Amino acid sequence: MKGKNTFTFFRNLGFLTLKKKSPISMILAILSGFIVASMIPLMSKFIKGKGSILIPFLPLALFIYFLTFLPQVSQGNPIDFFYSWVPSFGVDLSFRLDGLSLLFTLLITGIGTLVFFYTYSYLKGHVYLDRFYGYLSMFMASMLGLVLSDNIMTLFIFWELTSISSFFLIGFNNEDPKSRKSAMLALSITGLGGLFLLAAVILLGYVGGTYSIQELLSQSELLKASANYNWIIFLLFIAAFTKSAQFPFHFWLPGAMKAPTPVSTYLHSATMVKAGIYLLARFTPVLGGTAEWNTTLIIVGAITMVYAAIHSLFRLDMKGILAYSTISALGILVFLIGLGTEEALLAAGVFILVHALYKATLFLITGIVDHETGSRDVTVLSGLRKVMMPVAVAAFLAALSNAGAPPFFGFVGKDLIYEATLHFGDWAYVLTGAAIVTNICLLFAGLLAGYKPFAGPLPKQFEKVHLPHPTMWVPPLILAGLGLVFGIFPSLIEKSLIQPVFTSLVNNDTIIHLKLWHGFNLVLGLSALTLATGVLLYWKLKPSNNLLRKTFKFEILSPKTLTEQFGNLFSNFAKLWTGFFQNGYLRNYVITILGFLTLLLAFRLYQGVNIYIDTATLTDVTIYEAIVVIIMAASIIFTVFSKSRLVAVASLGVIGYAICLIFLFYSAPDLAMTQFSIDTLTVILFVLVIYNLPKYKSFSKKRVRIRDGILSIFFGTLIALLTLEVLSEPLNRETSKYYAENAYILAKGKNVVNVILVDFRGFDTIVEITVLVIAAIGVFSLLKLRLKSIEKE
Amino acid sequence: MKTIIFKTASTYLLPLLILFSVFILLRGHYLPGGGFVGGLIASIAFIIHSFANGLEKTKTIIKFHPGFLMPIGLAIALLSGAAPLLIGQSLMTGLWFDEPIAVIGMVGSALFFDTGVYLVVIGVTLTIIFTITETI
Amino acid sequence: MELLLVILIGLLYAAGIYMMLRRSMVKLILGLILLGNGANMLIFLLGRIVKGKPPIIDSAEKMFTEIYADPVPQALILTAIVISFGLQSFAIILVKRAYKITDTDDLDELNTTDEIYE
Repeated sequence: MKGKNTFTFFRNLGFLTLKKKSPISMILAILSGFIVASMIPLMSKFIKGKGSILIPFLPLALFIYFLTFLPQVSQGNPIDFFYSWVPSFGVDLSFRLDGLSLLFTLLITGIGTLVFFYTYSYLKGHVYLDRFYGYLSMFMASMLGLVLSDNIMTLFIFWELTSISSFFLIGFNNEDPKSRKSAMLALSITGLGGLFLLAAVILLGYVGGTYSIQELLSQSELLKASANYNWIIFLLFIAAFTKSAQFPFHFWLPGAMKAPTPVSTYLHSATMVKAGIYLLARFTPVLGGTAEWNTTLIIVGAITMVYAAIHSLFRLDMKGILAYSTISALGILVFLIGLGTEEALLAAGVFILVHALYKATLFLITGIVDHETGSRDVTVLSGLRKVMMPVAVAAFLAALSNAGAPPFFGFVGKDLIYEATLHFGDWAYVLTGAAIVTNICLLFAGLLAGYKPFAGPLPKQFEKVHLPHPTMWVPPLILAGLGLVFGIFPSLIEKSLIQPVFTSLVNNDTIIHLKLWHGFNLVLGLSALTLATGVLLYWKLKPSNNLLRKTFKFEILSPKTLTEQFGNLFSNFAKLWTGFFQNGYLRNYVITILGFLTLLLAFRLYQGVNIYIDTATLTDVTIYEAIVVIIMAASIIFTVFSKSRLVAVASLGVIGYAICLIFLFYSAPDLAMTQFSIDTLTVILFVLVIYNLPKYKSFSKKRVRIRDGILSIFFGTLIALLTLEVLSEPLNRETSKYYAENAYILAKGKNVVNVILVDFRGFDTIVEITVLVIAAIGVFSLLKLRLKSIEKE
Repeated sequence: MKTIIFKTASTYLLPLLILFSVFILLRGHYLPGGGFVGGLIASIAFIIHSFANGLEKTKTIIKFHPGFLMPIGLAIALLSGAAPLLIGQSLMTGLWFDEPIAVIGMVGSALFFDTGVYLVVIGVTLTIIFTITETI
Repeated sequence: MELLLVILIGLLYAAGIYMMLRRSMVKLILGLILLGNGANMLIFLLGRIVKGKPPIIDSAEKMFTEIYADPVPQALILTAIVISFGLQSFAIILVKRAYKITDTDDLDELNTTDEIYE
C-alpha cells in the first residue's frame, strides 16, 4: 500500500513539466551543463562573487526534471528520444530513459545538487571557483549523456568527456605537482580504457550491424555466438575496469583523492567510477550470461573487493580509507554483476544506491572535518561531536548504513548480497566467505572514518573548531537520513525505482520485493557475524603509522609501481631516441634527413635507371652559354672554398647574374628581370650587414669536412641523375596549355607568366605578398625592438 | 661612396628609374614586366639614392615610412580581388573597362591587383633595407 | 646545353648541402641561397628549355601560333625568387641578432634552446 501512495505522489509531480516530452527538452537537459560551463568564463566575476549561489540550482532543476519521468518509467515504459545527428556514420543522438538510466540520472543530479551547494561554501572565495563550477557542470552533463545514450558511439564520446573533466577536476590545484601527477595518472589510465571502449564499440557495431543498444539487445544470441565475442567482452572489460578502478587498474583512484573533496564525493565515489559498473550492467542483458563473462567478472570483482578492503585497514588519512573502501565497493558491484543471477543483479541495483548514499555522506563529512580542523588523520582527530553535532550525526548514520546495521538501507543491501552468494551453487561458501571478509573490513573502514573522529575526548587544539555554513552540513545529513528512511521503508523505492532497474538488468517481468526483516535465517546470522567481527576488529586494531609503514614493503610488487616502471621504460627510450636524433645539432638533422633521402633515391635508381637522352632533341651550346656555365661553376667553387666572406658573397652575386643570363637565353625575360633585381638587392643586403656578421672561422676538422664533402657530392650526383631521368620522360603540358590558350581569351593578357600571377593564380600571389610583409615585419621587429635584459652587456 | 658624380647621377636617376618601374608595371600584362619587377626596380632606385645622399635625404623625399606601403598595397590587391563580389560575380573574376585608356591600354582589375603587388614589394624591400641601414 | 645545366644543378645542390653542414652561421645562409638557386634551376630545366620563344602572345594574335616556353615553371620560379629574398633577409638578420646575443657563430654552441636566457 505504501508503495502505491508514493507512486501517486510522484505521478502528481508529473504535471509540473510539459505534457509532451520532445527530444529537444531532453537534449537541452543533457547539454545544459555544457552550455552553463561555456557561459561561466563570460561572467566569471559574477560567479565568483554574488552569483555563486545560483549555479547549484542547475542540477536541482535537472533533478526535478528527471523526477517527473519516474511515474512513467516505473510503470515499465522506457522513454526514447531520438535525434539524427550524423546519419552517414549511424551516429544518432538517441537517448533512452529506462530504470537503470533513471537511477543513475537521479544519483547524478541529486548528489550533484548537494555537492554543488556544498561547493558553494567549501570553495567560497576561491580564485578559481568559476572554473570549478564550469568543470563540475561539464562533468555532470557528460555523465548524464553517458547514462542516457542509447547509441554506443555517443556513449563513448560522453565516456571520454567524463575522463577529461575528471582530469581537470583532479588537477584543480594545479600548482601542486602531486595533484598534477595524479591527474595525469588518472587520465592515462581512464584514457587507455576509453581506447578499449572505442574498439569494443566498433567491434559491436560491426558484428551486430547497429550502434543502438536497444537493437543490439535483440542481436544478443548472434553476438554471443560470434567469433569476436571474446574480443568484445575483453575490450569492454578493460574499459569498465579502468574506469571503475578494478584490480589491477585501481591505483589511480587513491591518487585522484588529491582533488578537492566535492570532487572526490561526486566523481570518485558516487558517479564517475560507477560508469564502468553502468557499462557492465547495461551490457549484461546483451552480452552477459556466458561462462567467460561471469567467471572473469567474479574473479576480478572478488580480488578487487578483498584486496582493497584489506588495504583500507592500514590507511590513516580519512580520504585514503574511503578511497580504498570505494574501490572495494566497486569490486563488490562487479562481483555481483558477475554472479549474474537475478538475486545478484537485484543486490547490485540496490547496492549502487546504498553505496552512493553512505559513501557520498562520508566524503562530505571528511571535507567538513578537513575544512574546519585542517587535518584528515584519524589518529589525531577525536571528539569532534562536541563542536559539530549535526555532522557527527550524519557521519554516524552513514557509518551504520555502511556497516549494514538494521534498520539501515545498508542492511537491506548486505542481506541481498549474502543471499546472492549463498545461492550460487558449488562455490557458494568461498564466495560468501570473500563477501564476509570484505564487509568486515568495510565496516571497520566506515567506523574509522565516520565514528572515530567524533568519539572520545576533544583535544585542546580543536576546541575552537565550529560548525560550517549550513550548505555544507545539510547535504550529508540529507543523504545519511535517506539511508535510514529507505531502510525502514524500502517500499518507498521498491516499485518506483528498484523494480525498473531490475527489469532493465534482467530483461524479464519478475517482480521484486525489498524487505528489511527476513526472519531468523542463515543470512541474518551472517549479518550478525559481520557486525560483531567488524566491531571487535575496530576495538582491537588501532591504526598507526607503524602498520602503514609495514604495507610499504609490498609497494614494489603493487600494480602502481609496476606501471610506473613501465612508464619509465618509455621515457628512457624516448630520452635515448631524442638524444640520438634530436640532439640540437643542426648538422645531425641535415645529415639524418639527407642520408635517408639519399639511400631512398639510391635504392630507387639501383632498381632501374631509365636514362635515355636523345642528343638530337637537345639544344645547342653556343660559345656565350658555355662561358656563362663556366663562370657559374667557377663561382660556385669560389663560394664554397673562399676564406673571405666578401669573396664568397661576391661569388654568390656572380652566380645569381649567371642564372639571370641563363633565364634570358632560354625565353624567360620576366625571370631574368626579377633575378637581376633580387640578386642586386641580396648583394646590397649582405654588404650592409657583412661587417656585423661573424668572421669566417673554420670550426670543423679535416676529417669532418671530407665526410661532408663526400655526402654532398653524392647527393648532388643523385639529384643530377634524377633530373636526367625526369628529362627522358615525356612531359604533361595540360596545365600550361590551358593557361597559354586562355590567357588572352579569358584574362585579356598576353604575357602568360604575368597573367598566371595576377589572374589565374591571384590567390597564391596574395598569400605570397602577405608572406613578404610578414618577413619585413620580422626583420623590422628583430632590429628595432630591444630585447631588454639580454642586450645590456 | 658619396662621390660627387654618384650623387649628381643618383638625383637624376631616381625619377627616371621610378618612371621606368611604373612603365614596367603597366606593360606587365602584355610584355615582360609586372608588379614584382616594377616594385623591385623602384626600390633599387630609392636605395641607390640613399647610398649617394644619405638615408635621411631619401626619407625626406618619401615623406612617410615605407612600411605603410605594405598595408595599402595589400588592401588594393584584396579589394581588386573582392570587387567582382559587388556585381555578383565570384571572387577574383577579372573585370575590364570597355574602352582602352590612352597610353596604358586596356585597364582591368588585374592592373589594380598588380599595383597592389608593386606597392607591397616596394614597402617590404625598403623597410628591410632601411631598417638595416639605420641600425647598423 | 641541358647536360651542362644538369651538371650545374648537381653542383649547386652539392655546394648548398656542403655549406649547410658547416658550423658557421654565415655559411649556413650562403648554403640556403645556393640550394634555392639550385631548386630554381631544376624547376626551370624540368619545364624544358626553349630558346628565344618567351611565353608572350604576339601583339597581333590572340593565341600562340608557334611553340613557346612553358609559362607555369616560370611563374613558380618568379614567386620563389621573390619569396627567397624575404627568407634571406630574415635569416641574415636573425643570424646577426643571434650572434650579438650569444656571442658565438658556432652552430654547435646553439644546441640548447632554453639556456640562452639564464
